[in-house]
Amino acid sequence: MEFFKSIYSWYRVLKDYRRISVTNDLAINFIRIMSIVTITLLLAIVGFIAVNGMQVLSWDFIFSPPKNNFTEGGIGPAIFGTISVVLLMIFFAVPLGVFAAIYINEYIFDKWYSRIITVSIHTLAGVPSIVIGLFGFGFFVLFLGRNLDELLNTGLLFGKPAMLWASITLGILVLPLIIFTTIEALKSVPEDHRNAALGLGATKWEMISKVVLPQARPGILTGIILSISKAVSETAPVLFLGCAFFLPELPVTNLNFGAFVIPMINPSEQFMYLSYHIFALATQSTNPTVTLPLQYGTALVLILTIVLLNIFAILFRYKFTKTFEKVRGY
Amino acid sequence: MKNPKIQINNLSVFFNYVQALNRITLDLPENRVTVLIGPSGCGKTSLLRTLNRMNELIQGFLYKGEVFIDGINIYDKSIDLVKLRNTVGMVFQKSNLFPKTIFDNVAFAPRLQGIKDEKKINEIVETVCTKAAIWNEIKDKLQTEALNLSAGQQQRLCIARALAAEPKILLMDEPATALDPISTAKIEELILELKSNYTIVFVTHNMQQAARISDYTTFLYMGQLIEFGKTTKMFTNPVNKQTEDYITGRFG
Repeated sequence: MEFFKSIYSWYRVLKDYRRISVTNDLAINFIRIMSIVTITLLLAIVGFIAVNGMQVLSWDFIFSPPKNNFTEGGIGPAIFGTISVVLLMIFFAVPLGVFAAIYINEYIFDKWYSRIITVSIHTLAGVPSIVIGLFGFGFFVLFLGRNLDELLNTGLLFGKPAMLWASITLGILVLPLIIFTTIEALKSVPEDHRNAALGLGATKWEMISKVVLPQARPGILTGIILSISKAVSETAPVLFLGCAFFLPELPVTNLNFGAFVIPMINPSEQFMYLSYHIFALATQSTNPTVTLPLQYGTALVLILTIVLLNIFAILFRYKFTKTFEKVRGY
Repeated sequence: MKNPKIQINNLSVFFNYVQALNRITLDLPENRVTVLIGPSGCGKTSLLRTLNRMNELIQGFLYKGEVFIDGINIYDKSIDLVKLRNTVGMVFQKSNLFPKTIFDNVAFAPRLQGIKDEKKINEIVETVCTKAAIWNEIKDKLQTEALNLSAGQQQRLCIARALAAEPKILLMDEPATALDPISTAKIEELILELKSNYTIVFVTHNMQQAARISDYTTFLYMGQLIEFGKTTKMFTNPVNKQTEDYITGRFG
């Protein structure tokens, strides 16, 4: 009897061991396979585009405009248009987003309506970009622009799709991202430092501007860079708002200051956009197969831009966490 | 007591309707060290933080009663919080230097007060750092990161930074709890030097420390003032049984 008992107990031990080890191994292998599949997919897409795109990639491709009915030339105007729109977007979205975040996190965090505002911003983040694009067209161009033209007697200056409206609409699209990353950055500033500043006789705004914001700056910059990479990769919002298939000239106006002539980006003009340019090459040209290498090249430039921006964001985040490790003393 | 610096009159404090202090009446003398002792959660820190109105930052704070500093009710509507917090400096349990240079940390309050003249700021920094007995250690590295200092130096720099706001009263919330014995000794020495010019209110859990540095002792228990008196008397011949038990370590 004792013998059987001992055998049974060994059996239990082995069974338990098998149960634990088998499911554990299964889970680990499953996770491993899934990660490999994901990474392979990513590498396949990027590699495929890189191999095909490298053939056309050159300085000439980056700087020159499309030629010969899109079958030759480069993407210079599209890059220029993308940069101008994104710059204008930063100009609108960053102050709005950062100050909104400061208001939410520093002034009304304990009020009942702060939750309503936060939920609204979450909802805004979930609105499809095409809807935001249509809203931009309906609100800014048709309503605001047309009425402004009528009011100021400017003919057709504001009431048409233009870079100004495109960048504001993109700004609305990235606003939640900027607000949430800024709130996170503000939250990570230790409460001790706020107390220290207030205890030394700082007003609330002095505390925010002299202690909280300098510490949160790398985190906020991370958010701005991420929002730029989001804006660069979007197509839908600019679709209705002045994004052009092809423009013979850059959206630039020369401003005359006496003897100086300064070329300035003209926000009332139409523009070309990188992501839309891929769409245009693929669907709008007379012979899409001929433009195929150019499509790969454009896609490669777009992906490289976004990867570079994200690397910058990671570097800033790294610096941010480093500072706080020191502050917290570990 | 004649001409007390701080008069606390029937003060009750609530956080989210939970009472933290219960009808405290207390006079604190000028240019003396008064130590607040009592078990954790007895309201020492709450009492300390009502003196520069830092409790108002906490959600659900309610108070009843009056606090006078130099005969002025600091909970009056006409009180300028910035001025109050300049008069009543505070040093916290954990050193909370900003991630800036040593110089910028100490110059924080003078700059807030609108002093633009760099020469004058330099002077203030040197004076307060000398007062805080840290000048000799940091004078060669004023432009280096303050967080690279040792924990004890950081805490003394916090005291220097608080002194730079030119306070009359210094509130210290267990400033030496997280420090090694040598740094603690330095801070205690510093407090004994500072008390000729400043009214110091000090919170500690360390009975020996309280006996060493303070002139007056306040014993709080469950939000109530149990006993207040000269330290020499309190530690040798306490009136109240609870005080005696706490000081001798029988409870708390």
